[in-house]
Amino acid sequence: MKILVFIQVDDNNINRMSLEALACGQNLSQDVTALTFNESAVNELTKFKVNEVLHFKNDKLFNYSPLFYAKAMESLISEYDIFLFAHTYETRDWVPRLSARFDLPFISDCINVNSENNLITVTRQSYQGKINNDLAIEGKAFLSIQSGCYKTDLLKLEQSNSRAIEVDLNTVLNTIRPEEKFKEQKGGVDLTSADLIVSVGRGIAKEENIPLAEELTNLLNAELGSSRPIVDYGWLPHDRQIGSSGQVVSPKLYFSLGVSGAIQHQVGMKGSDKIMAINKDANAPIFEIADYAVIGDLLEIVPKLINKLKD
Amino acid sequence: MKICVLVKQVADKNDEINLNEDKLSINESNFNLTTNESDNYAVEEALLLKEKYNAEVVICSFGKESAKQVIKDALSKGADRGLLIENDTNHDYDILNISKLIKNSIVEEKFDIILSGLQSDDQGNGQLGVLLAEHLNMSHASLVMETNFNSDTNTIKVKRELENGWFQWSNVDLPTSLTIQSGINKPRYASLRGIMMMKKKTIDTIKVSELSTNPEFKINLKSLYVPQKTKETIKIEGADDEIADQIINVLKNELGLI
Repeated sequence: MKILVFIQVDDNNINRMSLEALACGQNLSQDVTALTFNESAVNELTKFKVNEVLHFKNDKLFNYSPLFYAKAMESLISEYDIFLFAHTYETRDWVPRLSARFDLPFISDCINVNSENNLITVTRQSYQGKINNDLAIEGKAFLSIQSGCYKTDLLKLEQSNSRAIEVDLNTVLNTIRPEEKFKEQKGGVDLTSADLIVSVGRGIAKEENIPLAEELTNLLNAELGSSRPIVDYGWLPHDRQIGSSGQVVSPKLYFSLGVSGAIQHQVGMKGSDKIMAINKDANAPIFEIADYAVIGDLLEIVPKLINKLKD
Repeated sequence: MKICVLVKQVADKNDEINLNEDKLSINESNFNLTTNESDNYAVEEALLLKEKYNAEVVICSFGKESAKQVIKDALSKGADRGLLIENDTNHDYDILNISKLIKNSIVEEKFDIILSGLQSDDQGNGQLGVLLAEHLNMSHASLVMETNFNSDTNTIKVKRELENGWFQWSNVDLPTSLTIQSGINKPRYASLRGIMMMKKKTIDTIKVSELSTNPEFKINLKSLYVPQKTKETIKIEGADDEIADQIINVLKNELGLI
């Protein structure tokens, strides 16, 4: 089975999740090719055991641009069986185009990929991580791999060759013109170095209850984080948000209050040493990854906790 | 300007998810069905564009007959008409097949803008908006946090959310398909007047069984199951007061954090 792994490069650095996708590829087949659109990644990629490292050259590929990216892939579709991507926002933005263009399925956010007798089966989650789906795929497919499902320290090393190929992108009518990326808040809160994070989710119920979480945070000498809805409601600023669109944290303790733990949130905090969660819903996905599970009403428990900590 | 908003009817996030005995389907009988969260923001964005540029807003949903309700909800907020692509077959279509069914149903409408939530809360594929962009030869932008339409150039400047707190502006030509990130606006509630007006609005239905398409099933569902826990979880139980004591005990004596 011939596998192509697309390596995303961010600011001249290989995206870590792309290397996890490469580990997934090595696990599936002996015949793995790594593809990059960025020359800066080539040297590092040749250290891994792959058939070859392909470098597609064109100035239009230097910065991410979905239509140029999709066009560049066209010549490769007939050459490989399975195409692996990291499940990044970039992948989500352009890989569906390949799926529609070539009428081949794109299965996104896979947590496991297996190959048996040349048949690929994958596992992906639905219902906010509450259900696993095992799927068998007929024929070629695009797959994106969820962060943290394959370990990069298991990557097989061996000097590989690279090949640079000029690609022609002149026929692309570029109707999508991205500008430089930027950060919104300067001097925003850095949650990544906090040892203890108290995090609030929907279960906090009302904006008026936010000070409750703030008081607990202060008493514990912690940092305050939140799930996405709290930021969307405007109850806390964006720099408090933890998850795929916010910060990725790994404190000694992640203490969540009323966070349900959707996949997008878990991506940002499942690397914590310990996770303690208070939630009314015993089926909340957060309890799947919690070390300490408190099934109860945070609005009752947190005030008592605050009083005891004050004593 | 003609705008299509794709909305999906999904289980409420708090609904319990139970499998049927076949382990190949979900028991949906007790679901509190509702509009997919990010789709609400897509509807609001369409209504804001309608107010500014006098657009026609068509609400389109693929789903069971019950999905008519989420169309009605959006019509009550001010959208103009609805289109239900009713899956009256026994097939559980994958997202690529769904995108083709929707494409065939709306291609004649020649929409200028398609808006959709960035992903559904049930299947979470997060692909439909971009799949349709490709099928319909439109530009696209995903994870959109702000839209600015320029009528002189017939383009939209969108602010996109990237990972780790990064953002990006992108200029896209019309026609375009934008997937909307939640939080882009403040979705309105339907007014009483809006609900009354909704009753006079048209909802067309296209039945999938009557569409001349040959779906190809390249993905076969083998089984559904509840994920196995990989972690040992200690349950902290009791009266609220006892729970608080136990939490302090863990923080102090087990973790040494206070």
